[in-house]
Amino acid sequence: MNLPPESSLAIAGRAVMAGLKLKQRDSLMGYLFIAPQLLGFLAFVLGPLLAVFVFSFQSRNLLTGQVTFIGLDNYRQMLASDPLFLKVLGNSLIFMLGLVPLNMVLALGLALLLARNLAGSTIFRTVFFSPVVTSTVAWVIVWRFVLQGEQGSLNQFLQLFGIQGPNWLQEPFWAMTAVVVTRVLKNVGLNIIIFLAAIKDLPKEYVEAASVDGANPWQTLRHIILPFLAPTIMLVTVVTVIGSLNVLDHIMLLTGGGPSNATMVLAYYVYYAAFRIYETGYASTLAVVLFLTALLLTLVQWGVRKQVVYNER
Amino acid sequence: MNANRVSFRKKLGMAAWYVGLIGLALPFLYPFWWMITSAFKTVNEIFAFPPTLLPSTWHWENFGEVFTFQPFAQHYVNSLYIAILVTAGTLLVSSLAGYAFARIQFRGASLFFILLLSGMMMPNEVTIIPNFITMKTLGWTNTHLPLILIPILGMGGVLGTFMMRQYFLNLPQDLEDAAMMDGLNRFGIYWRIALPIARPALTSVAILTFLSSWNAFLDPLIYLDDLTLFTIPLSLRGFTDQYGTPLWNVQLAATTLAVLPVLIFYVVAQRQVVESFSLSGSKG
Repeated sequence: MNLPPESSLAIAGRAVMAGLKLKQRDSLMGYLFIAPQLLGFLAFVLGPLLAVFVFSFQSRNLLTGQVTFIGLDNYRQMLASDPLFLKVLGNSLIFMLGLVPLNMVLALGLALLLARNLAGSTIFRTVFFSPVVTSTVAWVIVWRFVLQGEQGSLNQFLQLFGIQGPNWLQEPFWAMTAVVVTRVLKNVGLNIIIFLAAIKDLPKEYVEAASVDGANPWQTLRHIILPFLAPTIMLVTVVTVIGSLNVLDHIMLLTGGGPSNATMVLAYYVYYAAFRIYETGYASTLAVVLFLTALLLTLVQWGVRKQVVYNER
Repeated sequence: MNANRVSFRKKLGMAAWYVGLIGLALPFLYPFWWMITSAFKTVNEIFAFPPTLLPSTWHWENFGEVFTFQPFAQHYVNSLYIAILVTAGTLLVSSLAGYAFARIQFRGASLFFILLLSGMMMPNEVTIIPNFITMKTLGWTNTHLPLILIPILGMGGVLGTFMMRQYFLNLPQDLEDAAMMDGLNRFGIYWRIALPIARPALTSVAILTFLSSWNAFLDPLIYLDDLTLFTIPLSLRGFTDQYGTPLWNVQLAATTLAVLPVLIFYVVAQRQVVESFSLSGSKG
């Protein structure tokens, strides 16, 4: 019997099979490689996110472990009969509206100053960035002393000019101001270095051409530098706005949410409801609001960002 | 004459530049100055008016009291070993995932990647309640396990994965092909070829991870009850008298001990530290 000669087609087929197997084996490796990260994400991020939605329809007590399904009651309570919730929402908004512009202006201004690259620029950059690596607890401990009513360093300093400073952390308006300013000082270094990198990438010819044409520094900034930085400014604003939701530790340590809840923001209220009064069901409802806020902000900012980048081109 | 005036204006501009920057630098510098000098003062001198720029006598014994007032050495060890484990774990998990997302083609890769990224905008506080209940059910509250596992497997690791992927995307394909010819499998390529090349990215992830674990406050606050289990940031809140008034000098000696190593490392490795943060983007 004549064995049929192995056709070239069959050889090719086997090669494809082997190739396919190799590819399959490779993609199996891909799944294995991402498995720890993906399973961890499901366990500690995505799963909890879904759980928080479920909890928000329950009455839960962290200590007794009691769980009852109560439908929309938490939401009803939040919107209709919890004055603190509205106050907290307002506080979060005020905090954001205070923090973001101050942070952006200071970051951009300092970056422009540092970009002149005179002797000592690096030292100043080191100084402005150093609070970023410092623990929030340490930073706030020091500021709590500085901002004390009578014996605090700030009021002692103001006294040199004959100014009687307020009791910063005990008056609602000043406490919020203190939270905003100390938070900006803590984190502005991060935005400074991002702006510095962007300024370094500015096309020098344009800036030089503008000054040759007799533009003053303000005009150069307004018409040349800022438009070039627009996408970076947009990007940094996005992250700063969303980051402003995440200030729980800072506020807890500086003012404890006080005086009379004047600095209580949404993230803090979530913690307070869950771990101080153990109402984990209601706290989950607040966490849902926090999540939706972050989601909404992200979507809005994406839209704006797309438009800005589009206009740039 | 004219040239003189120009150079005078230039000098004036430079002087204004320095004065402005020094003025703006004060609120950044003063807290550190005050923290370190007050750590050596007596309580009376801390409150003295007018304040002293340097301690009149250097009270080193404040630092001794830090360790008798609380088990501070234990807290230091706790913080250190937790941060080291979190860093090692994050490096492993996120370099594996980052490598796969950058170099291996598999079905659903981009979907999984977007899924992970979408979690990055979420404030931590959204998930603290379910995570706490999980840990409580497992009996892991009042242990260090949540402080180690959640940062590695949760959002902290995702940032690492993102940064590692960016780096691995630029890995030359020829290198992998050659390695495959030499009979290395995927894991071999990852372990022997990709990882050694990715040292800069690994360093960045390590710096960010270590710092965020070392400075973490909220999770330790929620999960730890026993004083002996405390980490440094929790410990720092405990230097008060029975009425809750801080014992300022001991408090600041402890704060100095917590902050100074980080600051020194930062100043020494400044370029690397700043680069790590700028790779990671920005926060509020």
